[in-house]
Amino acid sequence: MQNSLATAQTSEHLAISSTDDFIYGHAPHPVQCGRGVVIGGGTVIPEINFTLPPMEISSETWTEVREQYSEMIQGITERAVKMEVPALLVEFETLPPMTVQPEWGAEITRLLADKLDEQFQKYGLRTALRLTPNDSRDHERPPIMRSGRYWDGMVQLFHTAAESGADLLAIESTGGKEISDEALMMGDLRTVIFALGILAPRDMAFLWREIVKACHAGGITPSGDTACGFANTAMTMAEQNMLPRTFAAVVRVASVPRGLVAYEMGAIGPSKDCAYEGPYIKAITGVPISMEGRSAACAHLSGIGNIAQAVCDCWSNESVQNVRLLSASAPIVSMEQLAYDCRLLNAASSHSLEGARMMRDWLAESDSARDPQAYILRPDVVIRISSEIMKEKTPYLRTRRAALSAIQEIKNAHNQEELHLPKREERWLDRLSQEADTLPDSEDEFIEQMLEILKDKPFLPSEYELAT
Amino acid sequence: MKLQPLYDAVVEGDTPSTKKLTELALAEGVSPNDLLKDTLVPAMDEVGRLFETNEYFVPELLIAARAMKGAMEYIRPLLSVSGGGIAGKVVIGTVRGDLHDIGKNLVAAMLEGGGFEVYDLGVDVSPERFIAAAKENNAQIVAMSALLTTTMPGMRNVIKAMEQDGIRSQVKVMIGGAPVTKQFATDIGADGFSDNASSAVRLARSLVAI
Repeated sequence: MQNSLATAQTSEHLAISSTDDFIYGHAPHPVQCGRGVVIGGGTVIPEINFTLPPMEISSETWTEVREQYSEMIQGITERAVKMEVPALLVEFETLPPMTVQPEWGAEITRLLADKLDEQFQKYGLRTALRLTPNDSRDHERPPIMRSGRYWDGMVQLFHTAAESGADLLAIESTGGKEISDEALMMGDLRTVIFALGILAPRDMAFLWREIVKACHAGGITPSGDTACGFANTAMTMAEQNMLPRTFAAVVRVASVPRGLVAYEMGAIGPSKDCAYEGPYIKAITGVPISMEGRSAACAHLSGIGNIAQAVCDCWSNESVQNVRLLSASAPIVSMEQLAYDCRLLNAASSHSLEGARMMRDWLAESDSARDPQAYILRPDVVIRISSEIMKEKTPYLRTRRAALSAIQEIKNAHNQEELHLPKREERWLDRLSQEADTLPDSEDEFIEQMLEILKDKPFLPSEYELAT
Repeated sequence: MKLQPLYDAVVEGDTPSTKKLTELALAEGVSPNDLLKDTLVPAMDEVGRLFETNEYFVPELLIAARAMKGAMEYIRPLLSVSGGGIAGKVVIGTVRGDLHDIGKNLVAAMLEGGGFEVYDLGVDVSPERFIAAAKENNAQIVAMSALLTTTMPGMRNVIKAMEQDGIRSQVKVMIGGAPVTKQFATDIGADGFSDNASSAVRLARSLVAI
């Protein structure tokens, strides 16, 4: 049996190998897109995302759905103009019915793009629109990853993105999630490694080939992916005391090699905002990254709200419902918060790069000792672990190396009292270490072991080019 | 027979020992109802307490629930003969249009661990499927989950469909999920709301008045 995956290779040399060069707003490979937007060219810009209040999406409610989006984008762009943002990235993440019926997703994309065009003409507001179709293959168990109506809907939306007015295309891909969900709940690192290191890279290679093809045909930017369905699930469960933070931190780092596949297939950034693994992607590939943290508390809580901002190129709110707050509607409030956040970062860096480095280090220091998930985002730690990851050549071996390196870094930090871990977390660190040590060198051997263990689980090996 | 080792085995999530000790207890003539009521359910209650006091994480809780399930493999056939002991029957699912299942799976596992018979319908479940499963399994509770603001209203649709079908008065409805609130539960006419898996078991017990 030969199951090993070969993808395009990223260089073993990091794009950013020194913390001196690892700075917010600056990426080795900036991205130009939309209406005069440059990402990673020296200025951090806000990325805003928004969603509907509690309501159904159907043909009966469609007029109201359109009105909601019109109201949100009008309010957001007006506030962005008043706040004098240097540029604005608007993300439209489709809700499931809008991908299953891609003409709905395309219609809202057009509605948003028209408003952005209008505000550019009227006020010179620089904007780009990122369309993120939801990965609706996750609708069924076992998921059919490469055909069927869910896949067809996604592909149709990819290919109509440009003509609908999107400037960038992204996705939160879910290959391997059908296995990872239960493994996360059980704290089962071995199975998580199988999902992240074996299944997800195979799916992403297939999926991103299609996304990049659609983007090139339409002249838009293939931006990035995220391990949201994996590492963010672990993170939000850890925040609710459901999972150990140590486990969530290891899962985060183990998701990096999976994320690299998008860039190996042709994505050029910015990474998705909810990809908290972004700093690793930036250090390794040099693409600009979008991040979210304290200003995404409207969507989910976390213990890494400041450090997440330390090397970002776009700064996002993740998502906010269109509900009324005392001052204004929540998307307008988010817009203001993001604008101020970015203004502060840019003011620090406008004096000198040393100012930016100092701001970065304060952001990192304020979180890094409190939570292993924060610690593994410390810029120097990111560079060290990234170097380790890139010593390997395949997604599986990189994933294994990522997990082992993260565990070792957390152990060292705890021993050196740079990181505080409660007793119950220490117990898990030992357990994870023992489990990671059993991962075999041979990818084929690992696949063989895991296919036997997972034979009754809801996934189809053939959808991942795995021979059984 | 001293049943403390069985209690400890469940709390520690030791499935092989739990199974072995359950089999032994039954062979020695301990009644399945007593075993469930006096040892296994209290053990799972302790697991729930350890979780709620932040001593256990979910994996430890689920591993204990798995051990409990192992014990139930021996006990359930005997209970069905004697006609008692099961805490209740629950049909559970994530509502139509919503694909999130981790929270729902957790509640399902905890309910099983709490002695309920659980019929998990998965994700993207239509009102018709909830109703059909409730009828088919003679369930006392329908439990629904939603993680999206746009799928929450689907819970109201299920309750309405249950009313139209005429089964609402025989079946309790409990709901949960990140955007769901107690107020929302009241507004749509649900019987209960829970914001975590442990309290979902207590809620289910109160709904079936155990």
